[in-house]
Amino acid sequence: MSCSRRDVLRSAGVGLVTLTISGHSALASGPAADPGKVNGVLVDITKCIGCRRCEFACQESAGFEVPPIESFEDKSVMTEPRRPSPGSYTIINQYSNPRDPALPVYAKFNCLHCNDPACMSACLVHAFTKQADGAVIYDPWKCMGCRYCMVACPFQIPTYDYENPLTPQVRKCNLCAHRVPNELPVPACVKICPADVMTYGPRHELIQLAHDNIARYPDRYVDQVYGEHEVGGTSWLYIAGQPFDQIGFLNLPPEAPPRLTETIQHGVFKKFVPPLAWFGLLGAIMHLARPATAKESTPGNQP
Amino acid sequence: MNSISVNPVHTEHHTPLPAHRPLLTPGVWVLLFLMVIGAAFYFYRFIFGLKSVTHLDQQHPWGLWIAVDVATGVALAAGGFTTSALAHIFHREHYHAITRPALLTAMLGYTFVVLGLLADLGRYYNIWHPLWPTMWQGNSVLFEVGICVTIYLNVLYIEFMPIFCERFIGSQRYPRLAQLCGFLYRHLNQVMWLFIIAGVVLSSLHQSSLGNLMVIAPSKMHPLWYTPILSLLFLLSAVMVGFPMVIFESIYASWSLGIKAEVEILGPLSRYIPITAGLYLAFKMGDLVMRNSYVHLWPMDGPVVMFLLEMALPAIALVMLLSNRHRHNARWLFIAALLVVLSVVLNRVNVFLIAYQPPYATKAYVPAFGEFAVTIGLIAALIFCYRVIVNYFPVITHPELSRRS
Repeated sequence: MSCSRRDVLRSAGVGLVTLTISGHSALASGPAADPGKVNGVLVDITKCIGCRRCEFACQESAGFEVPPIESFEDKSVMTEPRRPSPGSYTIINQYSNPRDPALPVYAKFNCLHCNDPACMSACLVHAFTKQADGAVIYDPWKCMGCRYCMVACPFQIPTYDYENPLTPQVRKCNLCAHRVPNELPVPACVKICPADVMTYGPRHELIQLAHDNIARYPDRYVDQVYGEHEVGGTSWLYIAGQPFDQIGFLNLPPEAPPRLTETIQHGVFKKFVPPLAWFGLLGAIMHLARPATAKESTPGNQP
Repeated sequence: MNSISVNPVHTEHHTPLPAHRPLLTPGVWVLLFLMVIGAAFYFYRFIFGLKSVTHLDQQHPWGLWIAVDVATGVALAAGGFTTSALAHIFHREHYHAITRPALLTAMLGYTFVVLGLLADLGRYYNIWHPLWPTMWQGNSVLFEVGICVTIYLNVLYIEFMPIFCERFIGSQRYPRLAQLCGFLYRHLNQVMWLFIIAGVVLSSLHQSSLGNLMVIAPSKMHPLWYTPILSLLFLLSAVMVGFPMVIFESIYASWSLGIKAEVEILGPLSRYIPITAGLYLAFKMGDLVMRNSYVHLWPMDGPVVMFLLEMALPAIALVMLLSNRHRHNARWLFIAALLVVLSVVLNRVNVFLIAYQPPYATKAYVPAFGEFAVTIGLIAALIFCYRVIVNYFPVITHPELSRRS
């Protein structure tokens, strides 16, 4: 049943692999994209002024009917923590600032574009793809609407068009993967930000930049780059002035969830040997345990 | 172990026969009433969308339909593969009489799993996508479940084919059909052993994978239920619930059809339940100890009570069935079997609904009336189909059923 192309390759090429390089990364079950090559966004939470222009730009970029930009200046919506929704793939939440209560902290939430996305591993029809540039994108035409991706996502990011009876979609940020080629290769939210909160670039450079910033201003930041290690690392990275669990981020382990489920699944299906062995064993029992009186009748004949 | 002999009793009287009972009894009218209500909500959902009927939200993508119609439905259909393994693979000929009702339950169970799933899928018309090679995703646990369930459903239809054929062999009214059925019957029986083994293998695979589904969400699962061996526990509980489901359904059908419960077969069958339940409970408790998750049994809140209940029910059934007297009394057998069935229903509901505690959720998921209506309607429809099929097809083997003159 584990008929992914990767597995077919693995079975077919097993001799070749042992002859050449052992453990060729393309043949092993592992993270979907090379974490060293993907792009990402570094968010400096300490710089965000909560203007919500990124929410506006995101909705516009997604092709939604967007209210005028002035309506996004309303900060009252931020009194309650919000979550991304089918109509807004990114949202800004407001948190109290222990250092200066007069200056609240604003944290942006959207798909973090995992290095090893649980949604992609969960999806049974390949509706999710981790692109080489880091974006985790969704193909509604493949989707069955089972919503297992929503169950799997550790950040609770994918949302669903429950109102739509015929063509509902899983809705989440796609890192503006749909943008036209001659535009700047920068997500709309990054482009519009007036406070220079976000930096788009190669993920490994962003990690370096984040650590440099933390080292340079140890009073300004807590010593953690959120997304560097969480669930196997994410394309979106965050630095903040207070512990992340105070500003709506989850404490997550460094293991990517798909590693365990895929190990179990591929262990049970190892080149189809265990299921076939089980079949053979049951067949042998069926044959050997036949009572003497029933030897001439076909096994399975109903009485 | 016990004093009852398990000699095969194959006499002329012990062939499966159609029940030929009056169909529209008061109980059946109740079923029809529930089916109409369920159907109304079922079709309403297809016209107005999931939001119009369910309480699913962005934090709770899976609700009653997945937990009960799909996950519990698959578990309770385990009577099919467990009895088929016992009677056909291990050749415990004494139990041949119950293989057909168990097969029918499994066939209907899986059919209604698909019907329930269709209502839940946002793009139900894409349900065939996992079968299309370019969309195969072998890393997905759900893909494994989907493929295995699809193949197994077809295996069940093939296994049921001889029963369908028997009904029409020698029919004067449909000579062509009778001829075709005779042909199918002869040839199917020659290869049936392949499908019987395939059924057991496919069941072992997807019953366990169903448990592996929630392993991908460790940070959202209650620690009492989250374990890497969830797939093993699901397999063991499916094996545990197989015979109780057959016993429950056989006694219920006997009472409903006005015939004597077949305690001579079900009693000896129930001897296996303390073994399977003991094994399951041992693994479940061993897992609690190994992961040190027993610390979460306190404070005693809702989920903890659900967990303890889920563990207590099979333990009570186990103790009850250790007694020879209880095993040979239809009422006690029925109660013990029902306890095991309920414990597995609880377990599946617990794993898919109670244990699923997404950290950003602001309110709990409580199924809507429409969700209950559809689930109850589907169960009623399943029982109705069972009733109709045993009435007109040779499913039940019972001395009190005689050939219609």
